Amino acid sequence: MSDKTEQEPIVAGTPKDVRPIKLACRNVWKLFGSNATSFIRERDGKASMADVTAAGLVGAVRAVDLEIRQGEIFIIMGLSGSGKSTLVRCMSRLVEPTHGKVEFEGKDLLKISDAALIELRRHRMGMVFQNFALLPHLNVLENIAFPLSIQGQDRPTREARAREVIELVGLRGREHFYPRELSGGQQQRVGIARSLATKPEIWFLDEPFSALDPLIRREMQDELMRLQTMLHKTIVFITHDFDEAIRLADRIAIMKDGEVIQIGTPEELVVNPATDYVAEFTRDVDRAKVISARSLMRACDGSEHGGTIAPDAKIASFSAGIVAANKPFAVVNGTGKPIGEVTPQAVIDLLAGIDRSRAGA
Amino acid sequence: MTVTASASETHSRPAQIWLLIWACALAIVLVVFLLEDRLPWAVNYPASAVVPVADWISALMRWIKSNLSWLTRSITAVLGVPLDFALNLLAKNFKIGHGAEAYVLPRLSWVGVCAAAFLAGHTVGGRKLSLLVGGCFLYIALFGQWTSAMLTLGLISIAVPFCIVTGLFAGIWAWRKPWAERLIVSPALDLMQTIPTFAYLIPMLLLFGNSPVSAMIATAIFATPPMVRATMLGLSRVPSEIDDFSEMAGCTARQKLWRVLLPSARPTLMIGVNQVIMLALNMVIIASMIGAGGLGYDVLLALRALKVGEAMEAGLAIVALAIALDRLSQAIAHKQAKGHVHQEMSPSLWRRHPNLTLAIAILVVTTLLGLFVPAFAAVPKAITFTTAPLWKAAVNWVTINFFDTIEAFRVALILNLLNPLRAFCEGFPWLGAVFLLGLAGYQLSGFRLAVLVAALTAFCAVTGLWEKTMATVYLCGISAFIACLIGIPIGLMASRSDRFEKIVTPVIDTLQVLPSFCFIIPVVMLFRVGDVTAMIATIAFAVVPAIRYTNHGIRQVPPALIEAAKVSGCTPRQTFFRVQLPLALPEIMLGVNQTILMALAMIIICAMVGTRDLGQEVFIALSKADSGRGIVAGLAIAFIGIVADRLFSAWTAKARARLG
Repeated sequence: MSDKTEQEPIVAGTPKDVRPIKLACRNVWKLFGSNATSFIRERDGKASMADVTAAGLVGAVRAVDLEIRQGEIFIIMGLSGSGKSTLVRCMSRLVEPTHGKVEFEGKDLLKISDAALIELRRHRMGMVFQNFALLPHLNVLENIAFPLSIQGQDRPTREARAREVIELVGLRGREHFYPRELSGGQQQRVGIARSLATKPEIWFLDEPFSALDPLIRREMQDELMRLQTMLHKTIVFITHDFDEAIRLADRIAIMKDGEVIQIGTPEELVVNPATDYVAEFTRDVDRAKVISARSLMRACDGSEHGGTIAPDAKIASFSAGIVAANKPFAVVNGTGKPIGEVTPQAVIDLLAGIDRSRAGA
Repeated sequence: MTVTASASETHSRPAQIWLLIWACALAIVLVVFLLEDRLPWAVNYPASAVVPVADWISALMRWIKSNLSWLTRSITAVLGVPLDFALNLLAKNFKIGHGAEAYVLPRLSWVGVCAAAFLAGHTVGGRKLSLLVGGCFLYIALFGQWTSAMLTLGLISIAVPFCIVTGLFAGIWAWRKPWAERLIVSPALDLMQTIPTFAYLIPMLLLFGNSPVSAMIATAIFATPPMVRATMLGLSRVPSEIDDFSEMAGCTARQKLWRVLLPSARPTLMIGVNQVIMLALNMVIIASMIGAGGLGYDVLLALRALKVGEAMEAGLAIVALAIALDRLSQAIAHKQAKGHVHQEMSPSLWRRHPNLTLAIAILVVTTLLGLFVPAFAAVPKAITFTTAPLWKAAVNWVTINFFDTIEAFRVALILNLLNPLRAFCEGFPWLGAVFLLGLAGYQLSGFRLAVLVAALTAFCAVTGLWEKTMATVYLCGISAFIACLIGIPIGLMASRSDRFEKIVTPVIDTLQVLPSFCFIIPVVMLFRVGDVTAMIATIAFAVVPAIRYTNHGIRQVPPALIEAAKVSGCTPRQTFFRVQLPLALPEIMLGVNQTILMALAMIIICAMVGTRDLGQEVFIALSKADSGRGIVAGLAIAFIGIVADRLFSAWTAKARARLG
């Protein structure tokens, strides 16, 4: 199911992603219970929810297939108990998957030696935790330098690097504070700085902002976006908050009962939810902020245009202008060639929540 | 409504069946008791059938002694080095060379040690603590107990790090290997903590001789369990995210343990350290019987000579030392739990640790001064007080004026309560007891507990100790019962009044810190030796958990439930009896359980004041160095404790399960 969404973009005209695949899950299973390994091996990696339950097992992650591309923010969204935390732990092998493959740049992570895994985690992976997981006996500077000191770097080198990331996350002046002296937001900044100190290529964020107040959460989301524009990490971000997912994601995978039920850009999920469950999440989303001109575009019918917009422009960014102009806007691609137009009526319908294509049918 | 009705129906039927079973069982036991002439073997265990476990153990110990003496001697020699150093440093002076040319390096000056204690208190707990700790040390100096107290402190200062390191490693091992925890560590800890302290002294005496080293080893065995438990608890409580973080940072297994998990568990570990210190102090006092010397030995000598005043003085010095060590280590643990506070980094030691540097400086200066000014080396006689005559006078006054009242009380207690009870217990058929306890075990938990309880009870009879076992049970039972009778109401009152709780808490905190020895002294003064003294001292010692758990149990009832009761119109009385008390019952039962175990531990020590029970058996074995006899009696005592503990725990677990 997920393969199909991967191959053919739902929204027509979306350019195909050509970035290399950084991390991929191939039919990954995590089952709890006795004889889980033989259970799934006997069935050759295929089992229904009913089979799993009948065998007395708990299926935390079931048959997950996904590919995360270099430099994208990939969000795994699900309610508590949906298996999203277990899945991200399978990706970093904090939890050993029962079946399947986890490929890091094409290499099977589950087959590498312990020493190689430690090496990989030391230099190429970083992780941020929901409850910060700061070491209570170390101050900010020592906490951030900790992963480097584990690698055996000498004090001046690691402290210099720690000061760099402290600067980056805006914690200067707090170097000698201990975690309990900091607010939640500041503590998570330390967590972020610590995970960045080793210059990881792939960055796991496990509900990093869930323990924070809404206002601080907002601020931290902006902060994350700011960092990402500078650093271009491959990000795997776990959340139970759909609004957060929409705000940050390049692509979102929605999980339920251990299964990934849909993978797509926020726009794809909103425009074309795979199941009612997904539709339930997307219902209250501010569509104008998610849907781009490409989705509303229709072929030009020769009428006069009040302006031009890019295909990726979100409706919210030009809705006021188009309504005021009361003329269709031309959608132009990178070379300036018009590929279609968006009418004021379509924008008004979207803002008003009227789905004319279905209402008309 | 229907649900509760049907539920109570299904509950009531087994309850009635059990009532019937118990009635039958008691009737059978009564019949056995009445038929004593026909079935004497069922009442008194036949002497001919006694299994000579004691002889076997003695033979084993003899073998170990003759074949492994090279090992025990080398252990003594190795452990003796740091121990001698500590004792010399604190109490005895260093002697270099022999005879007349011997050059003497002085011990640390008492002025310096008092100042160091003061500064230590200041560092970890501020002015109040510094006054308390410094005051305690000054008290010891001024009341002429300095040398003894420093001997005790020296032993502790070597035993405690030893316990901490051993406990830490054992705890790590148990945490890493669940099978080791289940099969080896947990049972060993249970046994180490229930076998009476006296009983370890005997094998130590045999193997390591009458020396501070054997006292230190006995102390180490006794004081290590809390550290093991604290390590296991602390490690298992480290948040799983911190565990995950250490993995993601690429820690090796060793880095993870030493640089992440153990430091994160430090607050819990510090609580373990506090308990180790207090248990070590308690044990060092008791171990004075096998050559530990120090304050415990002073108490022992004075008690043997019935010099109540001297015993009291040394006892108070123990109290002072105990309070100082407890408050100091608690403050450190508390500081750890609260976490660190940032401070400016400074390169010089003086800036970072002003109190430490100051303490070292004062110690060096005063000790060097001691070479020239004798007042710094030893506490000058002229400024010490002695309260011994005062205590003696007080006791004399009391005995002269109240002798008749006290004596009447004592005799009435013995004649009307203790003697009949004792006769009943000692005459109780052993087979009946095995049967009834097994039945209780079956009802509370099932077949396994029944077998365990019955087997442990039978052990006491089979080894020929039935009468003494029952004498112990009687004295322990009556003491624990009265302790609960006093403690639970106090706990209830404390739970209902914050002001009362504020008064009670420091009192029970202090009672808990005192080594068990100290309870005997004042009681002996008034009631002389005998069962009454043992009983009163035991009650004073064992009352603490009854108060503490009752208070805690009532207070931990969720406020929402009390509000719910109030809203549904309960009077305060109804709220208390129908909501708070039932909910707190499991916790209170836990307190009763602890009270029984503490009473048992104390009763054994009370053998010093002339009880006739298993404690006396251990005591005799100790004086004869008869290891088999002592260990068997010690095991019998441990088994009483284990039987009581398992039955009560099963009951509490059942009650908790019912409350959900």
